[in-house]
Amino acid sequence: MTRPPDGPSPLLLDMRDIQKRFAGIPALADASLCVRSGEVHALIGQNGAGKSTLIKVLTGYHRKDAGQVLFEGEPFEVHSPHQAQVNGISTIYQEINLVPLRSVTENICLGREQRRYGLLDWNAMHAEAERLLSRFAIGIDVRRPLGEFNTATQQMVAIARAIGFSARLVIMDEPTSSLDEREVGVLFSVIHQLKAEGVSVIFVSHKLDELYEVCDQVTIMRDGRTVRSAAMEEIGKLELVAAMLGRDVAAVEGHATAFGERDRSRIGDVMFSARGLGAGQAVRNVSFDLRRGEIAGFAGLLGAGRTETARLVFGVDRPSAGQMTMEGAEYHPDRPADAIAAGMGFCTEDRKGEGIVPEMTVAENLTLALLPKISRNGVLDDSRQREIVERFIRELGIKCSGPNQKVRELSGGNQQKVLLARWLAMNPKLLILDEPTRGIDVGAKGEIQRLIRRLADQGLGVLMISSELEEVIEGADRIFVLRDGVSVTELEAEAANEEKVLTAMAHGTGASSGATT
Amino acid sequence: MNRARLVRIIGTYGVLIALAALILFGFLRYDRFVSFYNVMTLLRYNSMFALVALGMCFVIMTGGIDLSVGSVAALGSVASALASPYGIVPGLAAGIGAGLAAGLINATLVTRANLMPFIATLATMQAASGSALLLAGNQTVSVSYESGFTAIGQGNFWTFPIPAAIAVLAYLIGSLVLNYTGTGRAVLAIGGGEDASRLMGLRTDRVKFLVYVASGGLAGLAGVILASQFGAGQPIEGVGWELFAIAAVVVGGTLLTGGSGSVVTTLAGVLLLGILFNVLNFENGMGWISLSAYWQSVIRGLFLLVVVLLQARLTRRRLNAL
Repeated sequence: MTRPPDGPSPLLLDMRDIQKRFAGIPALADASLCVRSGEVHALIGQNGAGKSTLIKVLTGYHRKDAGQVLFEGEPFEVHSPHQAQVNGISTIYQEINLVPLRSVTENICLGREQRRYGLLDWNAMHAEAERLLSRFAIGIDVRRPLGEFNTATQQMVAIARAIGFSARLVIMDEPTSSLDEREVGVLFSVIHQLKAEGVSVIFVSHKLDELYEVCDQVTIMRDGRTVRSAAMEEIGKLELVAAMLGRDVAAVEGHATAFGERDRSRIGDVMFSARGLGAGQAVRNVSFDLRRGEIAGFAGLLGAGRTETARLVFGVDRPSAGQMTMEGAEYHPDRPADAIAAGMGFCTEDRKGEGIVPEMTVAENLTLALLPKISRNGVLDDSRQREIVERFIRELGIKCSGPNQKVRELSGGNQQKVLLARWLAMNPKLLILDEPTRGIDVGAKGEIQRLIRRLADQGLGVLMISSELEEVIEGADRIFVLRDGVSVTELEAEAANEEKVLTAMAHGTGASSGATT
Repeated sequence: MNRARLVRIIGTYGVLIALAALILFGFLRYDRFVSFYNVMTLLRYNSMFALVALGMCFVIMTGGIDLSVGSVAALGSVASALASPYGIVPGLAAGIGAGLAAGLINATLVTRANLMPFIATLATMQAASGSALLLAGNQTVSVSYESGFTAIGQGNFWTFPIPAAIAVLAYLIGSLVLNYTGTGRAVLAIGGGEDASRLMGLRTDRVKFLVYVASGGLAGLAGVILASQFGAGQPIEGVGWELFAIAAVVVGGTLLTGGSGSVVTTLAGVLLLGILFNVLNFENGMGWISLSAYWQSVIRGLFLLVVVLLQARLTRRRLNAL
C-alpha cells in the first residue's frame, strides 16, 4: 500500500518487510515504512504495535532478523545509535534521554564537539548551543546543568541536539507529551522549517489533532505489521482509529467477551464521583461517577489519561484541580494508604513491576497487604492466613499446586487472580482494574471477565480501564471515553456500540447519551 | 544566591576551605608542621595516593568503581623492582605495564563481560595480589641502587620531589582530558546517565574501557614510585589504598554515583586526607595521645567512613536541589 517510488519527491527511507523476534516472539512480523525527502510522516499504532521496535531497528539499537532498509537509495545497516547519527538519522526519544547533571551545552554538543588546537573550544560550543536554542525562542544559560530546567525546556534541548547533527531524518517519539500548547506551536514551526530545508521527520504521537496539523503522510501499524499507509488528507480520523485498533467500522460482531448478561437492577446509587480532575498535561478535565455494583469502563487511546486518572483516584499522584467524593464525603487522598483506608483497591497495568512478588508463594503474595491484620503481636497467625488463602484459591479458582507454590510458576491469568484476591481480601468497596486481561490467554481472560461481573453483582464498584474495545463495550455498565486528558463522552451500556466509542475517541464528540460536566 | 547554588558551591569548593583550615590549624599548633622537610616528605609520600586517586576519580565519574588499585600498585612495585637492575625506563615500563595489564582485565570484564565493576575489580584485586606474591616469591624484592631507578621515588627536581612532580603532571593532563576533550566529557555524561549517553550516540563502552585501563596504569605507576621510594617491591603493600582513593575522590566533591566531579578537587582531597594523617602523627609525637600503628589504622578506617558518609549526605541534597 506504499506509494510507488516515482512520487513527487525522492524516497529518503525505504524499510520493507522488516521482521524482528524477541525470544521467539515476533515484535515485527511484516513492517514497512517509506519516507520521502522533506516529508513529515506520522507513525501510529496501539501499544505493542511495533512502532518503537521499528524505530530502534532503524537507529541500530536492535538488529533486524529479516527485511531490507534503504536510506537515500543505498542499503543501510547500522549497529549503534552513534552510527545512525553519523549517517544522518537523529532520534528524540519519548523519555528525555539526556544527562541532567551535565550542562545544556554538553547535552547539545556531546558527540560532535568543536575543537581548537585539538582541545574542546568551549566558547564556540556555548555559542552553538545558544544559536540552536534561539530557533525555539529559548534563551537560557547554557552553562547551567540541564536538570535545573523544566521538562519542556529539556525536551527542546533534546530537539535542538537532534537538529544540530545536521540530520536528514529526525525521528520524534511523542515529542509533545511534555509540552504545553505554546511550546507545541514552537515545535511545529521548527518542524515546518526543517521541512523547508528538505529534512524529513518521522512523528510518533497519539494525539490525532496534532497529526493532522503537522503531518503529510501516515503509516499505521498493528501487531507488528504495517496495515495502512496513506496521505494524511486521504484518511479520516475515524478510519485512522479503526485501522489502529483493527476494527471494521461497519461490522458489528457478536459477543467476544465472557462478561455475560448484566443484572442492572443491582446497581445502587453513586458511591464515588470525580469532577473536573486535572493534573499537568496528562489529565486536564475528567469527570465521572461510579455506582455501587457498577462496572464503569474507561475507553480511550494510549495517552488519553486513563491510567493517570486512576492514579489520581488512588492517591498515587495528586490532582492540581477538581474534586472527588467517596460515599458522600469529600475525598483527598495524599497517598495510596488513604485510598485503601477509604475502601479502594488498584490492580495496576504493570503486573510484574508493581503487583506480584514472583519469588514469593501464592499465600505470601495474597496476604501481603493483610499482614498487619492477621498478625498477633507482630507474629503471623498461620492458621488465619491459611484459611484466607484457601478461601480465595477456591472462590477465584486459582490454579496452583497449593498455597506454597511460587507465584512465578503460575500462568499470567492465575497471577492476575492472585493480585485480585489480594485486594479482595481487604474487602474493598471500589476496585480499579487497569488492563485486567492484558497478556492473559483467551481461556483465563474469560474467567477473569466472569469474575469481574460476579464481583460487581455482589455490590463492588469497579472502574475498569481497557484498551480492548469489546471488553469495555460488553463488560461495562457505563462507558467514559477519555481523549487527550478530557472525559469527552459518557455512554450507557445499552446505547454504546463500537462506532460511537470510536467516534468519541477519534473526534472527541459524537453520540453522547449521557451528559458530561 | 539560592540554596541549590550554595549547596553546589559547598559541595565543590568545601574541600579547599577545609584544606586551608587544616593547614592553618597545623601551622598554629606544631612548630615543624610547615617546615620544608615536613612539606616535602608529605608531598613525596602522598604522590602515590594522588596517582591512584586520579585513576579512581575517572572511574567513579563514569559511575563505576575500581577496588583493585591497591593490589595492582603492589604488583606494579614488585614488577618494577624486578626490572630495576636494567635501569629507570625498564623499571617504569614493567610497573606501568603490569598496571595496564590489570586495568585491561578490569576493562574487559566490565565492558565486554558486562560484570558489575564492584565484582570485576574485586576479582582482579585478589588476582593481582596473588600474582604479586608469586612474582616476588613471597617476600619483598630489593631494588637495584646502581641503575638510578631509585631517583623516581627519592630524587628531586631541583628541590621538588620527583614523584610529586610526576603526580602534578598527571593531574594537569587529567584535568585537560576531563575538561577539554570529548572523551573527558563523555566520562561525565556516562556517569550522569549511561543509557542516555548511548542513545546520544556516545561510544560508552570504549570510554569505560579507557577509564579502567588508565586507572590500572596509574596504579602501576604508583607501584613504581612505591618500590623506588622505599627501595623494595612490596607484594603486601597497598591494603586499604582503594578506600583512601575513594575517600579522596568523594571528599573532592565527585559524586559517588558518577556524572559530576573534578580532577583538581580530587587532588585537594588527597592532600586533605594526607595532611590529616600527618596531623595525627604530630599529635602522637607531642605525647598527648599515644597510638599504636594498629589503632591508627582503625582510626583511619573510621575517619574515611565518616568522610564518605558526610559527603554522601551533602550529595543527596545537591541532587535533590537539581
